Amino acid sequence: MQFDSFSAFINMGGYGFYVWLSFGVSAVLLALLIFSSKSGHQQIIKNIASRQQREDKLRQARELREQNLKT
Amino acid sequence: MWKWLHPYANPEVSYHFAGKLLPWLSALAALFLSIGLVWALLFAPADYQQGDSFRIFYIHVPAASLSMGIYVGMAIAAFSSLVWQLKLANASAAAMAPIGATFTAIALITGAAWGKPMWGTWWIWDARLTSELILLFLYMGVIALHSAFEDKDLAGKAAGILTLVGVVNIPIIKYSVEWWNTLHQGSTVSKMGKPSMSIDMLWPFLFCFIGFALLVSVIICIRFRTEILARNSIRPWVRDLVNSHVAYNTTFKEHM
Amino acid sequence: MTANKQNLSYRSAFTLVLKRDLTIALRHRDDIINPLLFFIIVVTLFPLGIGPEAQTLSRIAPGIIWVAALLSTLLSLDRLFKSDHNDGSLEQMLLSPHPVFILVLAKIIAHWLITGLPLIFIAPLLAVLLHLNEQSYGALMLTLLLGTPVLSLLGAIGVALTVGIKKGGVLLSLLVLPLYIPVLIFATSAIDTAALGLPYNGQLAIIAALFFGSLTLAPFAVGAALKVSTN
Repeated sequence: MQFDSFSAFINMGGYGFYVWLSFGVSAVLLALLIFSSKSGHQQIIKNIASRQQREDKLRQARELREQNLKT
Repeated sequence: MWKWLHPYANPEVSYHFAGKLLPWLSALAALFLSIGLVWALLFAPADYQQGDSFRIFYIHVPAASLSMGIYVGMAIAAFSSLVWQLKLANASAAAMAPIGATFTAIALITGAAWGKPMWGTWWIWDARLTSELILLFLYMGVIALHSAFEDKDLAGKAAGILTLVGVVNIPIIKYSVEWWNTLHQGSTVSKMGKPSMSIDMLWPFLFCFIGFALLVSVIICIRFRTEILARNSIRPWVRDLVNSHVAYNTTFKEHM
Repeated sequence: MTANKQNLSYRSAFTLVLKRDLTIALRHRDDIINPLLFFIIVVTLFPLGIGPEAQTLSRIAPGIIWVAALLSTLLSLDRLFKSDHNDGSLEQMLLSPHPVFILVLAKIIAHWLITGLPLIFIAPLLAVLLHLNEQSYGALMLTLLLGTPVLSLLGAIGVALTVGIKKGGVLLSLLVLPLYIPVLIFATSAIDTAALGLPYNGQLAIIAALFFGSLTLAPFAVGAALKVSTN
């Protein structure tokens, strides 16, 4: 361990603000990137599913209408 | 010779291949990153000149190298799409752009936070930082172009052309910025040379670098799969996949 | 909010138009991001053209940031009325029983929220790039806060005049940039004065006067201009 105590670790030899700013901003940006990638994947699946449901409903409605016309 | 690659030009095959790789890459990335970052923060020695602020180096340099590497990857994908008509390459190029932009931003911000205690100023217009800033603009242009078109294939072609023009431009920009910098090299700042790395610092650096590279590949896999689904949404295999996904979710919820 | 159109109060109409414009803008994220990127790139070009010397840059930093903000606002003004004009909803708004100035004010406020507000947040980061004097940051933010709404309001007058014209883009700049000059002069003067450590309340007061004047009067001018453009 390079540091004697936890407060020394936070202080980083006087450079604490800059070191933790860098690590913190990088962590936040990467977390945002990962989150957006995963939620994008779920979003596209939801979109395709709802589009499919809509098309199925339209198809059913059309078939029903044709049946009614025949009878 | 490349026949074994041919099946992967099929979106469905690549989708499932990326899905299979995902858990392994994630585990490896988590392993390397946790080892590398803990080593860098807690166990690596402080630099003789720069003190503990040197620990920023372990994020800054991997991010900068990866930002350039991802751009080259995007350029290769663009080339494959335009020259060999590989439609799938458009999906991978679109997947890579936001990741590269994020890493460029991380490189710039950590560089500024490193520069403030070292050079006394948050920003300096030296050759490397300026080139990195321009790289960020190139990435943003590619992202903007991808989202400006309704038709994704057209967007892929346009962004591909832009990427290739950019990749040719990058050495030119770098050269001109270095030339501009030597012209204006004044009294201002002593450049921080690349420190020659002792072995104590090399190991955590390697672990961090490999960890970040693996993280990049994980995010590329996720976004690549999203892009494939978006571009092939009318295909039956996508419909079946989506339906099984939805069915799993609804049965899961019913059991709850 | 009652659904009966005749009972739709001024405030409901206002918030309705405001929410509509914000929703449309959030769905076309590019409209927000592209002017912002333009702002950033233009500011970056100046050190590349002038040289990285911190002293020179910090002298001209206020001017660079404000001119770049002007140009970026100009670019973003086009979307204020263009798409509504193209699909006819602009005419519908003019024909509605509500006074035009309320609907117009809502659109302009939405435009400022989308373009002016991000500018205000990004400007201090760009000021770092230009080595702006540390005492000037407050003045920079305040002048942008008071000045960017003026840019949206005055710019809306120009757009309303040119919305029907086919190649209205360059004409818009010719119309609107002279109107922007007072804001530019007082804003940069305030920032320069702050750099010297002197109080800059006078310049801020004048910008505030421009703000309130345009806030109350510009919507009427815009309404009149729209009526001219759509007939």
